[in-house]
Amino acid sequence: MAQAQEASNSVRSERARGLQDAILVVLGILVVWQGLHWLAGDVAVSSPWATVSRLVELLLDPGFWPNVWETLYAFGLALLYALLGGLIIGVTLGGHRLSGEVAEPILVALYSIPKITLYPVILLLFGLGMSAKVAFGTIHGIIPVIIFTMNAVRNVAPVYLRTARALRMGPLSTGWRVLLPATVPEIVSGFRIGFALTLLGTLIGELFASQRGLGFMIIRSMERHDVPTLLAVSLLLFLFATLCSWALLIVDRRLNRRL
Amino acid sequence: MSDSAALHASETARVEPQAHVEVQGITRVYPPVAGNPAVHALGPLDLTLRQGEFFSVVGPSGCGKSTLLDVVAGLAAPSEGTVRFEGKPVAGQVPEGIGVVFQEDASFPWLTVYDNVAFGLRRQGVNRGDLAARVDYAVEFMGLKDFARAYPAQLSGGMRQRVCIARTLVLKPRLLLLDEPFGALDQQTRLLMGDEVLRLWRETGATIMLITHALDEAAMLSDRVGVMSSRPGRFIEVLETGWPRERDSRIVSEEAFGRITSRLWSLLREESLAAIGGRGAKA
Repeated sequence: MAQAQEASNSVRSERARGLQDAILVVLGILVVWQGLHWLAGDVAVSSPWATVSRLVELLLDPGFWPNVWETLYAFGLALLYALLGGLIIGVTLGGHRLSGEVAEPILVALYSIPKITLYPVILLLFGLGMSAKVAFGTIHGIIPVIIFTMNAVRNVAPVYLRTARALRMGPLSTGWRVLLPATVPEIVSGFRIGFALTLLGTLIGELFASQRGLGFMIIRSMERHDVPTLLAVSLLLFLFATLCSWALLIVDRRLNRRL
Repeated sequence: MSDSAALHASETARVEPQAHVEVQGITRVYPPVAGNPAVHALGPLDLTLRQGEFFSVVGPSGCGKSTLLDVVAGLAAPSEGTVRFEGKPVAGQVPEGIGVVFQEDASFPWLTVYDNVAFGLRRQGVNRGDLAARVDYAVEFMGLKDFARAYPAQLSGGMRQRVCIARTLVLKPRLLLLDEPFGALDQQTRLLMGDEVLRLWRETGATIMLITHALDEAAMLSDRVGVMSSRPGRFIEVLETGWPRERDSRIVSEEAFGRITSRLWSLLREESLAAIGGRGAKA
C-alpha cells in the first residue's frame, strides 16, 4: 500500500517535471524566435507576437478555412493510403520470408532516397492538384509503415504461434488474438513515423504545385513577401504536427511499456 | 499399418485403460534442404504412457527429445508410425485434453496474468461464473494471486513460467506435456517448481510427460524415466524410480535418489560423449 502510494507520488512528480520541461522548451523557442526576429528583422522573421496575432486573424477569416480543409483532406487521404497500404503490404511481406528478404533492401533504399527528385514524375503522372499531393504524401509515408509492419510480423516469437496451436486455435483466431496484439506496438511505432512523413510529403506537394491549401498559402505569402502570414501558417502546421505526434507517442509508449 | 490393425490397437486401448498414450514405431526424418543431407532426428521408437503416471525423458542434447514431444502433442507429424491418445490417433492437430508448456516464455505480454490464464478458457465458451472460478483457482494454485493484475514484463522468469502452466492447467488437461519448462530457471527455483508440478500432478490426476536435460529433476519427479540415445533418438532404457505418489523435493537427500541419478548418468555419459564426439568430428 505504502509502495503503491510512493509509486503514484513518483508518477505525479514525474508528470509535474514533464510539464515543467514542456513549458521551458516553449519559452526557449519563444526566446530564440524573438532573438531571430531582432537579428533578421521583419524582412524574414516576424516576431512571435505579430505571428500569433496574424494567426488569430486568419482563423477568424472564413476565406482561410477552405485552405485548411484542402490540406486536411489531402493529408487524410494520403495517410489512409499510407497506413492501410503499408499495413497490407507489410503483413504480406512479413508473412512470406522470401518476399520479405527480397523487398527489404529495396525498401530501405527507397526510404533513404530523396523522393523530391521524383516529384516531376508524379506531376506528369497525376497532374496539378489533389491527386498529385495525395500521391506524394502516400509515397513518403507508406515505406516506413511497410518496413515496421514487416519487421513486427517477422519478429513474432514462434512460441506464441506454437502456443496458439497447442490451444487448438484456428488461423483466423490466431491472427486476431495472437498475431495482431503481438505486432500492434511495433506497427504503431511505424504509424508514428509514417504520419510525420506523410504530412511532409503532402505539404511539399502543396508547396510546389498547387492552387489551394496551406502549403500553397505559404508559397504565395513568400512571393508577396507577407512574412507574418507565412509564419502564422507554418506555426499552425507545427502545432498540428506536434499535437498529433504527441498523442501517437503516448499511445506508442503505453503499448510498448508492457513488452 | 493396415486398417484392421489400427482398429485392433484402439480396441486394446479401450480394454486396457492404463494405456493413456501409445506411440508405435514413430520416426521423424527431415528431408534434405539446399544441398544438406536428410536428417534422421528420431526413432523408430515405441512408448506407452500409463494413465496418471509421471514420465520423464532425458537424453543428450539434439537427440530429438523435443521432437518426440511435438509428435506426441500433435504439433508435428511423424514421418512413420502412429501416436494414439486415449485410443484415438493424434494426427495433424493437438487433441482436446492435451496441454503443452514450452521451454520459452510463452506468456502473452499484452495480457495481464489473469487474462493470460483465462485465454484458452475464454475461447471455449465457458460461462462467466465458471470461468472466473476456474481462473481464480489456477491463479491461486500457481501462487500468482497477488500478481493477477500484473503484466508478464513485471514478473520474473519463474513467475512467467507459472503463468504458462496455469494457462494450461485451467483447461484441465488429462495429459500434460512439459518441454523443459524449467530449463531457463536457476537451480533453487527449479527444485521449487518441481514441487509445484508434483502437487499439480497429484491433485489433477493428469498423466505427465516431462522433457528435461536435468537428471536430478527427472530422478526426483518421475515414476519412470526414459533414457534416450544420441541422434536418431531411441529409448535405451526405461527406469522405474519406485517413489511413492506423495513426494517432494526433499527426496533428493534419500539414498535411492543418488542411486537413480548415478544410474541415469552412467547410461547417458556414453551417449553424450557420442553426441559431442560426433560434433567434434564434424568440426
